[in-house]
Amino acid sequence: MAHQSDLIEKDILAYLKSQEEKSLLRFITCGSVDDGKSTLIGRLLWDSKMVFEDQLASLEADSKRVGTQGGAIDYALLLDGLQAEREQGITIDVAYRFFSTDRRKFIVADTPGHEQYTRNMVTGASTAQVAVILVDARKGLLTQTRRHSFLVSLVGIRHVVLAINKMDLVGFDAETFDAIERDYRQFAEPLGFASITAIPLSALNGDNMIEASVNTPWYSGPALMDFLETVQVEGDNRAEPFRMPVQWVNRPHLDFRGFCGVIAAGTIRPGDELRVAASGHTSRVARIVTMNGDLAEATAGQAVTLTLTDEIDVSRGDMLTVPDSPPIHARHPEAHLVWMHDEPLQPGQIYLVKTATAVTPGRVTAVQYAVDVNTLEQKQVPTLGLNGIGVVRLELDRPISFDTYRQNRDTGSFIMIDRFTNATVAAGMVIAAAPLEARNTSLTGPGPDLAEPDGGHLRRISLSESFISGTGVSVVDLTGEWGPIGFDVTASFTDYLGKGNRVLFRLRDLAQLEAVALLAYDQTLTFEFDRTAEGVSILIFKRGIRSEGGLLTDEGTGI
Amino acid sequence: MNSSNLTHLQQLEAESIHIIREVVAEFGNPVMLYSIGKDSAVMLHLARKAFFPAAPPFPLMHIDTTWKFREMIQFRDRMAAECGLDLIVHVNEEGVRQGVSPFTHGALYTDIMKTEGLKQALDRYKFDAAFGGARRDEEKSRAKERIFSFRNANHRWDPKLQRPELWKLYNTRIKPGESIRVFPLSNWTELDVWQYIHLESIPIVPLYYAAVRPVVERDGMLIMVDDDRLELQPGETVQYKSVRFRTLGCYPLTAAVESEADTLPRIIQEMLLTRTSERQGRLIDHDSAGSMEKKKQEGYF
Repeated sequence: MAHQSDLIEKDILAYLKSQEEKSLLRFITCGSVDDGKSTLIGRLLWDSKMVFEDQLASLEADSKRVGTQGGAIDYALLLDGLQAEREQGITIDVAYRFFSTDRRKFIVADTPGHEQYTRNMVTGASTAQVAVILVDARKGLLTQTRRHSFLVSLVGIRHVVLAINKMDLVGFDAETFDAIERDYRQFAEPLGFASITAIPLSALNGDNMIEASVNTPWYSGPALMDFLETVQVEGDNRAEPFRMPVQWVNRPHLDFRGFCGVIAAGTIRPGDELRVAASGHTSRVARIVTMNGDLAEATAGQAVTLTLTDEIDVSRGDMLTVPDSPPIHARHPEAHLVWMHDEPLQPGQIYLVKTATAVTPGRVTAVQYAVDVNTLEQKQVPTLGLNGIGVVRLELDRPISFDTYRQNRDTGSFIMIDRFTNATVAAGMVIAAAPLEARNTSLTGPGPDLAEPDGGHLRRISLSESFISGTGVSVVDLTGEWGPIGFDVTASFTDYLGKGNRVLFRLRDLAQLEAVALLAYDQTLTFEFDRTAEGVSILIFKRGIRSEGGLLTDEGTGI
Repeated sequence: MNSSNLTHLQQLEAESIHIIREVVAEFGNPVMLYSIGKDSAVMLHLARKAFFPAAPPFPLMHIDTTWKFREMIQFRDRMAAECGLDLIVHVNEEGVRQGVSPFTHGALYTDIMKTEGLKQALDRYKFDAAFGGARRDEEKSRAKERIFSFRNANHRWDPKLQRPELWKLYNTRIKPGESIRVFPLSNWTELDVWQYIHLESIPIVPLYYAAVRPVVERDGMLIMVDDDRLELQPGETVQYKSVRFRTLGCYPLTAAVESEADTLPRIIQEMLLTRTSERQGRLIDHDSAGSMEKKKQEGYF
């Protein structure tokens, strides 16, 4: 029995205390109706005592009426929620189930195995930490097993249970089990799971569901419930560099300005230095405010309100991070895209891209290739249709802050929304800012906001009025830029320099030096290199009196 | 997914607060539907946490069928005042004029006073997002509903046209007249709700605690005599029993259970040892299998 009835009866306070430390595991089950998936989940609910008598009464009635077990209890009927589906005998969407034991609470994403429902599986897997992939022992690995495994790996699930079900129908044969496990391990090797646990099951009869089955003396691994209760999932990224997308600025009165969000990575304490990824402004944490009192520390996964020691400009859409390990801040992410809508992707068309921080108009500029979910082969395609998966390049209207999906599922994911129908049309996972490849660094001279040339991987920054502020020195911050860059120069920019003003480029790394040097070369500018504790910067300016023989009167940069 | 060292309640709390803040950031005119029950109590508590030290920047709204327990109404008014929130109470006056009551109109009563009343109120105030305290574990059709659940201009839910919901990224885009129902407690179970109430000392309506109350036995259910509108049928007598309510709604439609559980730990203890689900006390769910799904499609919460 999953709950400690004795303790509940004798000492409810002690029981409640013991429950406060319970953890949460989210997992997904993948397989078709035929694999006994609904039966497996129904059984977990049943055995963890999450089924009540009135539900049992209606389950018995339903089993007789529409059950598939000849009038015996059909656990699958605990799950099929919508009337239409019940009549069709299939589940058609993502459903969430809940059960708990004394050690853990579980949230199960229950998704169909039907080919056209890749969309649902990706949806269910997006929040899962473990996948239970069902295989019918009589059939072995099927195309859908491969498809499910690929999707699960794509969405970043690292732990897989290969649930080899219906072992009763193959006489609990160890060799059958071993052969399927062997095949699977070989197939799944390139998918890079951290762990694969094969378990011989009969969900219908309960073998190896909760306890070791007497029918499989040759199997020494855990029962399914044991495994789920004890599996250690990584994903504790409290040691990673701090990230918090600002969700809401709480400003009840002039003396309080709190930045609200869920910490996506890292740990924070009052006094810690923070940097706004987009602007580069820094400040320190003053307080971590909660209704239950200020915290001395907050960590990944918590929803908090931070106040800062300085009045710096922060708003919804910004990301607060540690200063020395900022996220990517760029306009051209490359990403895995799962297309989820009947209308295929229209490359070049504007969609809304929603990330953890912001909603930004953007377009897919190129589909690099699509992946066949059945064979894992890459193929060249002009676009992606419903349930299509590919690698694409995006162009966003403005740079946004993000991480790679591999690094962080919260800050590396996005959805795409159709601007006219408001439908969610795609799910994306960032691979990188832009691929590093041969640099096309020829600067094309004055030209306002040129679109990126076809297939170009260079991020071109137009040095327009927006970079110029006042007189004296303007700052171009490149510390949020990843990957190769180039500059386009506008007339107003040359004018600005021509009047004796200077521009300071803050660099992320020395790889950016070349682009600035080329700019100086093309525009006949002088530059000064500076390295301080703050980082690397270059000051460029025009030797305004060069035509008069060389030296500028005011040589000192003063910066 | 990134937070295996937080307890399950800490993770649920963070998820709910994130959802509530997202609504406030993205919608122009949100409202929190307040049913006065324990789930509403938890939802309101989470909203206060989300915006502390400010008060939640939206009103509470109660669709009053005029048949709620008197203690619920007192509790409602007290909580709204304590939390510093505007309280909108909406009654379907048309239904009242027609004399619609749970005794005379059966299943129609809920449609008119609750579903219609809700639609009227949403239309009148032009709310574009409405928080509700429903949980996915309550009922099968809810297990498939999104956290951000789209409603067309007629407030209808189409289970086949739901938006995929991935990670923590919620699609909040709607056209004028359309709206979103938002369920911050989607992933909570009844046990989670009780444990959280215990842990955070959240106030709840006293009807949840056992006390001696006047009840009549009708169709195998114990119905509390909350006021003189409950007419006794032949053979019925008012009895005084120690009872409590596992769920709260309109008093003629909500069955009490005999109980001695007069503290929170004892309520939780009873809940864990009991063998019937909480919705069993709601007469509305017994109509037919799939009845809740139909109601939801028509705009019931």
